[in-house]
Amino acid sequence: MAALLTVNNLNVVFSMRFGDLRAVNDVSFSLESGQRLGLVGESGAGKSVTGFSIINLISRPGRIASGSITFEGRELTTLSPEEMRKLRGDRISMIFQDPMMTLNPVLTLGAQMTETLLAHENITRRQAEERAVETLKKVYIPSPDRRLGQYPHELSGGMRQRIIIAIALLTNPSLIIADEPTTALDVTIQAEILDLLYELTVNERMGLILITHDLAVVSQVTERIAVMYGGRIVETGPTMAVIDNPSHPYTRGLIGALPESAGGQRRLNQIQGAMPSLYHMPSGCAFHPRCPLAMDVCAKETPKLCETGERGTLTACFKTAACEAASL
Amino acid sequence: MTNKPLLTVNGLVKHFDISGGFLDQLRFSEGKFSRKRTVVHAVNGVSFEVRQGETLSVVGESGCGKSTLARTIIGLYPPTSGTILYKGARVDDLSPKAMLPYRAKMQMVFQDPYASLNPRMRVNQILDEPLRLHFPNLNAIQRAERIAAVMDQVGVRPGWATHYPHEFSGGQRQRISIARALMADPEFVVADEPISALDVSIQAQILNLLMDAQDERGLTYLFITHDLSVVEHISARVAVMYLGALCELAPVRELFEAPRHPYTRLLLSAIPKLGGERRRSARIQGETPTPINLPPGCVFHVRCPFATDLCRVEAPTLQDYGGALAACHGLEENRI
Repeated sequence: MAALLTVNNLNVVFSMRFGDLRAVNDVSFSLESGQRLGLVGESGAGKSVTGFSIINLISRPGRIASGSITFEGRELTTLSPEEMRKLRGDRISMIFQDPMMTLNPVLTLGAQMTETLLAHENITRRQAEERAVETLKKVYIPSPDRRLGQYPHELSGGMRQRIIIAIALLTNPSLIIADEPTTALDVTIQAEILDLLYELTVNERMGLILITHDLAVVSQVTERIAVMYGGRIVETGPTMAVIDNPSHPYTRGLIGALPESAGGQRRLNQIQGAMPSLYHMPSGCAFHPRCPLAMDVCAKETPKLCETGERGTLTACFKTAACEAASL
Repeated sequence: MTNKPLLTVNGLVKHFDISGGFLDQLRFSEGKFSRKRTVVHAVNGVSFEVRQGETLSVVGESGCGKSTLARTIIGLYPPTSGTILYKGARVDDLSPKAMLPYRAKMQMVFQDPYASLNPRMRVNQILDEPLRLHFPNLNAIQRAERIAAVMDQVGVRPGWATHYPHEFSGGQRQRISIARALMADPEFVVADEPISALDVSIQAQILNLLMDAQDERGLTYLFITHDLSVVEHISARVAVMYLGALCELAPVRELFEAPRHPYTRLLLSAIPKLGGERRRSARIQGETPTPINLPPGCVFHVRCPFATDLCRVEAPTLQDYGGALAACHGLEENRI
């Protein structure tokens, strides 16, 4: 099957007065229709910038410096702003983190929902409203026809996030990019929203890129995972293979630091230090100053993703997978 | 750990009047003006005790009143009614001066290390303040020695004492907030979501630090959080709150292995487990109630699959089920 989305050697650079900050470095991945991919990492890992760059939401001083993004057979990096505008919210939709900030507080939900449809399709307002009500049913909003006249403040956080998902679904996109969609929500509401996203990708055969810092959430929803650190993918593969048998020291550390991995001992395993900032990115492998297995070569050269032996997983580590150095 | 209570909370109630000024309160209906007050019922009659040397966690979703409970206990809010006893002595109605010795014994760590450290003070000034307030007999050299010792204990290099908070990462800042709480040499520390604002790899560092400090200083913790996997790891007992009321209070093993209250069950079934089986969670019908319009009877009956007519009119009280306390009519009637 042809891939729905292919990202190849993507580099995103923020040009500052004192030089370039490389937020995303040589990132490659692909996604098929109906597949769910988790982009995991801590703040500053480059996961959101990667997601944003797919629909070119990177604004100055940031830019896509090199690489290609192919979606449904079209190259996205060379699209004109007008062509990109047509694609955004139509074939590719995005769901953002904070349901309190994403909806416009002074417009009714009806106005915000029909706006998307009227912008992308040649239909009347009445038809658009009917479609909106249909979509609200899909995301299990109680009494959907009453909602169009309501304002965002009349709804709870979970309901607002369902409205945002409904807006993303209106045009039947083939890809949804969800950036921390449940981080601002309570656990019981989070469980509902995750169920909903899962169900939609299965029923509507949509691709989903789930950007999150929460490994447990990723393991519940996605089939493939890409772990990012310092702007690079350091490990990727089938979600369960990576979680059961992580090979990159960072992935191991991240999973090991969870309370459920402590296995009865009181002290938790911890990774020393903190994620480096883009201003002070270490040389070589970005993780080497925190890595318990670091060797001399790790400070000099950057490892390329290579096979680990675990089926279908790739990792970028000189020690655990004997990868080659990436050419600079 | 002993079973002696360090802190006892009896029927604690905290309401906030958010109706605003006189004109905001005016309502006009059926040809008449009337005055209407809007009250947030944040904490409604909560009673429990914290035992010496234990970690008691309070869990619940946003708006359940757990942070208000923490802030009322530490004395940041005066309670609307109810009493708070520290080692048997009432502390909720003391004058600021009479409260001072208790303030040294009861300290707090806040959620957001970006907001809770004064950006205009250097680290040594931040840490010096509690010392000057609570130990006026110490001279500058003795204070500097104590600051260096505590900084060392929380893992911040004492050499950085003259730096400002913005020069530190989030994890380092949270270490400094913990150091500030430890400066006064407390016995009881209230930690309100101390790791929620931090990255995953940093969370484990801070939890280890809190546990080490507990072992070294024999601290008692009241730990406020919404993260149940953390609760399972660090607490001795867990209190579950919903809309300002205590649903269940049980030893940690009991609570996670055999949750009694229907809300506790819902909460536990919703935690995403690493690599666990996907479970379908129960879909919540309708709007969830808010602490402004509390439902009558049991506050959970709107979302409860076991609710009966009794639950809709009469609020249940905490009953003892072999060491675990739960407030539920269904449990009392033995039908859940």
